[in-house]
Amino acid sequence: MTGLGSLVRLALRRDRLLLAVWVVGLVGITLSTASTVGELYGSPESRQQLGATAGSNPAFLAMLGPLHDASTTGGVLAWRWGVFGALLVGLMCMFLVTRHTRAEEETGRLELIGSAVVARHAPLAAAVVVALSASTVIGLLVALGLTGLGESASGSFALGLAFASVGWVFTGVGAVGAQLSESARTANSISGAVLGVAYLLRAVGDAAGDEGPTWLTWLSPLGWLEQTRAFAGDRFWVLLLPVALFAVLVVAASVLVAKRDLGGGLVPTRLGPARAPRSLGSAFGLAWRLQRGMLIGWTLSLFVLGAVYGSVARGVEQMLEANPALQKIIAQMGGAGAIVDVYLASIVGIIALFSAIYVVQSTLRLRTEETEFRAEPVLATPVSRFAWVGSHVLFATVGTAVVLAAAGLGAGLVHGVRVGDVGGQVARLVGAALTHVPAVWVVAGLALALFALVPKLASASWAVIVVFLVLGQLGPLLQLDQWAMDLSPFTHIPKVPGADVTAAPLLWLTLVAAALTALGFAAFRRRDVG
Amino acid sequence: MTAAISVSGLVKTFGPTRALDGLDLAVREGEVHGFLGPNGSGKSTTIRVLLGLLRADAGSASLLGGDPWRDTAELHRRLAYVPGDVSLWPNLTGGEVIDLLGRLRGGLNEKRRAELLERFELDPRKKGRTYSKGNRQKVALVAALASDVELLILDEPTSGLDPLMEAVFQEAVNELRGERTVLLSSHILAEVEALCDRVSIIRNGRTVETGTLADLRHLTRTSVSAELVGAPSGLAGLPGVHDLAVEGNRVRFEVDTDHLDTALRALVGSGVRALTSQPPTLEELFLRHYEDELPAGATEGAMSS
Ligand SMILES: Nc1ncnc2c1ncn2[C@@H]1O[C@H](COP(=O)(O)OP(=O)(O)O)[C@@H](O)[C@H]1O
Ligand SMILES: [Mg+2]
Repeated sequence: MTGLGSLVRLALRRDRLLLAVWVVGLVGITLSTASTVGELYGSPESRQQLGATAGSNPAFLAMLGPLHDASTTGGVLAWRWGVFGALLVGLMCMFLVTRHTRAEEETGRLELIGSAVVARHAPLAAAVVVALSASTVIGLLVALGLTGLGESASGSFALGLAFASVGWVFTGVGAVGAQLSESARTANSISGAVLGVAYLLRAVGDAAGDEGPTWLTWLSPLGWLEQTRAFAGDRFWVLLLPVALFAVLVVAASVLVAKRDLGGGLVPTRLGPARAPRSLGSAFGLAWRLQRGMLIGWTLSLFVLGAVYGSVARGVEQMLEANPALQKIIAQMGGAGAIVDVYLASIVGIIALFSAIYVVQSTLRLRTEETEFRAEPVLATPVSRFAWVGSHVLFATVGTAVVLAAAGLGAGLVHGVRVGDVGGQVARLVGAALTHVPAVWVVAGLALALFALVPKLASASWAVIVVFLVLGQLGPLLQLDQWAMDLSPFTHIPKVPGADVTAAPLLWLTLVAAALTALGFAAFRRRDVG
Repeated sequence: MTAAISVSGLVKTFGPTRALDGLDLAVREGEVHGFLGPNGSGKSTTIRVLLGLLRADAGSASLLGGDPWRDTAELHRRLAYVPGDVSLWPNLTGGEVIDLLGRLRGGLNEKRRAELLERFELDPRKKGRTYSKGNRQKVALVAALASDVELLILDEPTSGLDPLMEAVFQEAVNELRGERTVLLSSHILAEVEALCDRVSIIRNGRTVETGTLADLRHLTRTSVSAELVGAPSGLAGLPGVHDLAVEGNRVRFEVDTDHLDTALRALVGSGVRALTSQPPTLEELFLRHYEDELPAGATEGAMSS
């Protein structure tokens, strides 16, 4: 294929830092988690105890999947980090593919390349090659690293390849998604939605119990990772499923490439209104048009996520009343108090991290507007810089509360129906979710300050979320020092429902967020635009 | 006449790049002012400083009597801007963008809006992402030309337009002559000649010439090639004729624009069968007149030396 080699080299050069961060980060987290699990659960007895409790707990099943075999460190690692690690590999691949296909096309750079001697399919093929290689390298390094740590080679390769296979599938998903939509943002949303559905399908399937729809797990690429049973039978044949799906998706994407025009989507864009509605006449009106899709999408997604997590809560109560060992483990995941509340508190914590993704996306819309030269014409009208930034920040700020409340509502409704107290549970869980608002605002403030002070590094806000995710999810397990844990604003939120809510940390976080936001506004007024 | 724009000694650096290096510019109220310079000479940077988007490192700039950095919102009420690289929101239609920009500026002239859409043959119902570069430019042009403002700042507004649309654009600007002050940046000499009352020529972030077109006429030279009925005669001695090449009945030469008339009369004397003439490009003009003032090898971009 003409031009494939040079396009791949170009992509590798452009992304060398990004790729290094992903690969080193994911492999590093996986291996350090493995060695910590090895220390914490060094004796076979402690692992057996973990297996007896965690293996049958629907809360863990929904969040992390089943613990197939706790007799080895690898088995515990595969359970504790398998789904989340694979989720990140999938995200990486999907972002990489979009970045080198649709995003390039949208900016018109691909047109430049397309007019050079390059085969029609070469840009897509190059993106696939890059994402495929990145995920495979991660898988192999994980496999070799775990083997080096003394785990069984077969299990290590099963887990490593399972990680990689999720990357392959989402390389394919990204490739198709990039063909469907004309904008990179929508392409990423499509692929992200597929990833979210994959997570939820296996969550419901795993927690379904023997009579429930356990087959749902088999519909999800993340479920295939669990079914590979690394360190618990190593069923390598399951990996044929992701390989086959990858092949189908890539063929589909290349058929779509041949069918459509450069820059066009699959569905021809329809004509729209010739006149703007009354609402589109101010900075705020424009921000609403640009932000509403994102806000509605996140509100619905988090409502569904809350409902799925909430549906499991009752089972936790029934199964675990007499199981002190498990209580200890759940406490380690960041909670205290009654066992169901511990579970609910930890799911609300995860939901808060998801809402941080929303808030960064929403805030960085400012940066996209700037780099795409759409800020300039607006700022050349009487719209002040303050109003322009403020119109978007308003969405990030209020949107945080909206998406969190939606998640609390979803969890509260479903859990409330099951325990026969809809009103009470909705109030409790919406309240618990909203308690996290100040921490999410801190993330928004950080993103805004980065945008205003060092615009070229605005996307480092994403790294901030990953750091908070790792601190929150793995910090207690890795037994990190308290000061390190304290770096994350989420550490300071009371573990609600259950814990007493004290106003002080919430006020402090709100103040920090306000200070960062004010810094962002002030710095943006002083800097060059463009 | 008062000054709509007055800039002196403007300096703007981007890291090692000295984009503006002591630029001067004076635009009088009510005139169409050409802002001419090759790619990378600092036109867009100057305009961004005038719009308060960039902060100058040194020098002074005043716009409609105000300070472009401090009085932004107030000044922006009185001007409309068409960027060099028009980028639209993918999901908004052209019509929506025109209304939006118009409303942000405080309102549009509805009659002119409709009329301009028709003349530019622009379908306002298409989504931003489906417009070509030229059509995106038309969207921004309609929004700017239909605004009731004092000053239009147009950054290379015709770079994506075909010749037919360029003519429509020139017509539209001519209609506004006298009612609006226009700053029109361009790297095409012919376009500026067709529209502008006065011109400032910049190079490497510095103004090298400013004046009316008549003032600048001595700078320009036209290349002529003709096929004649008989052998050419009387050209060789004429003032302002350069690089004369005769091949049988064919003749090629360059002539200073202020001597064009005499040269053509000499051709007609021999009977003309075919004639092509080419206006000089900006690059040729620079090569001829400013070569020695420029650092060697710097044919594009305003790199610091
Ligand atoms: N944001 C920027 N960062 C770095 N360099 C820039 C930036 N904007 C313009 N330049 C540089 O400044 C010079 C002048 O650019 P510009 O004003 O866009 O020229 P023109 O509009 O006349 O083509 C060029 O060398 C360009 O590369
Ligand atoms: Mg320019």
